Amino acid sequence: MEIPKSFLGYKRENGRAGTRNHVIILPVDDISNACAEAVANNIKGTIALPHSYGRLQFGADLELHFRTMIGTGCNPNVAAVIVIGIEPKWTKKIVDGIAKTGKPVEGFHIESTGDIGTTMKASKKAQEFVMWASEKQREECPLSDLWISVKCGESDTTSGLAANPTVGNLMDKLEPLGVHLCFGETSELTGAEKICATRGATEEASEKFMNTWNNYNDFILKEATDDLSESQPTAGNIAGGLTTIEEKAFGNFQKIGNCKFIDVLEPAEEPSKGKGLYFMDTSSAAAECVTLQAAAGFNIHLFPTGQGNIVGNPIEPVVKLTANPLTVKGMGEHIDCDVSKILTREMNMSQAGDELIKTTLRVANGRLTCAEALGHKEFVMTKLYRSA
Amino acid sequence: MATDIIIHDKKDNVGVVVIEKITPKQDCSCWIMEDDSTVNIQSLDEIPLGHKIAMTDLNEGDTILKYGHDIGKVVKSTKKGEHVHVHNVKTKKW
Repeated sequence: MEIPKSFLGYKRENGRAGTRNHVIILPVDDISNACAEAVANNIKGTIALPHSYGRLQFGADLELHFRTMIGTGCNPNVAAVIVIGIEPKWTKKIVDGIAKTGKPVEGFHIESTGDIGTTMKASKKAQEFVMWASEKQREECPLSDLWISVKCGESDTTSGLAANPTVGNLMDKLEPLGVHLCFGETSELTGAEKICATRGATEEASEKFMNTWNNYNDFILKEATDDLSESQPTAGNIAGGLTTIEEKAFGNFQKIGNCKFIDVLEPAEEPSKGKGLYFMDTSSAAAECVTLQAAAGFNIHLFPTGQGNIVGNPIEPVVKLTANPLTVKGMGEHIDCDVSKILTREMNMSQAGDELIKTTLRVANGRLTCAEALGHKEFVMTKLYRSA
Repeated sequence: MATDIIIHDKKDNVGVVVIEKITPKQDCSCWIMEDDSTVNIQSLDEIPLGHKIAMTDLNEGDTILKYGHDIGKVVKSTKKGEHVHVHNVKTKKW
């Protein structure tokens, strides 16, 4: 298949391109959710991103909070941002971070004004932003403007046999065309970590990966009260035939094809070494991982599943694929790309990779994903430890 | 002949059922992805889609190989053709 050289995206002020054109209402903290949701309810075409945190955090955990908030606002799938927090200082910090992209952003704080007054002021600005954004047109953008993140979920053995290698095939074909790629799931590489480390493009990248994996594994061993047999693998994984974390890890690892990773990113860290594949230190929980990848600037997500994970994200479209024919049959409304014919050998991996490229480009050009049509917009902040 | 079981790597001692289920005494055709070869096996258990079958006799303490790599240890001896899952295989991690 000849791979198209471009897609239709929204060009942003900082040179990036979006596959979506969202105007988001971003609460700085948990107690500003109500106001953010009130604004999104008032002004049609905007979307609120409620979450559970943002108060009394400190140290690396607070840094991650800001990185995720600012990164989400900076994502090229977002046209403009309203930030609402309880206090002015942290609200301003996030506004200033997002403003560096050159996109419209304005902050409001609730203290001294209250929810109703803040909702009114923020709604007026949100209306202005959404009407401005609604005139933005899709334009031809080079394929290299795609930043593709991947994460698998509710995996079973069909994931490792077919759906994950399909993503790997897509990576092998798109990496030479200059796209940015990202995989994560530190804990779910357990058992395959040494093999994964050999895929570092440099010794430094390999070493950074092993340090990252060791830190995560030490944390798990410290907190574990049993053998994790109901969390890793999950009950769904086990029902689908996966037996151990090692088996799951080698399946997971198929997603990067033959690519080598050029750097290891902190959670929600924006890549800075140019095109190519990055590993990001993330949890393996679907919504947490996708939220971090979106905050790092990735504008389209590929999500292979076995038993049928249904996750979505408010700003980054999540494309689902599966090779499990029972999942296609039972919950087809969640599946954007069906590669189950690999199991019956009516489709080979290269054909499956081509199908996934076609689906990815259709979604990049504007076709809604199943998760978008079904209203999945799970926005889940990663919290590193308790607040002070 | 249709493929009933797929094996990732020639070294693997388990295969994955890729039809809705296999039944006891079923003669199954197994496709090895690595070198595109085919082998046959007779099942001893009913095994559903996505679950694994032992391609050789497995003794307690043996290592399970899939993708050509170590994915855990045998904790209960298992005959060629039997179901391989959490009842007879455990992680070596955690």
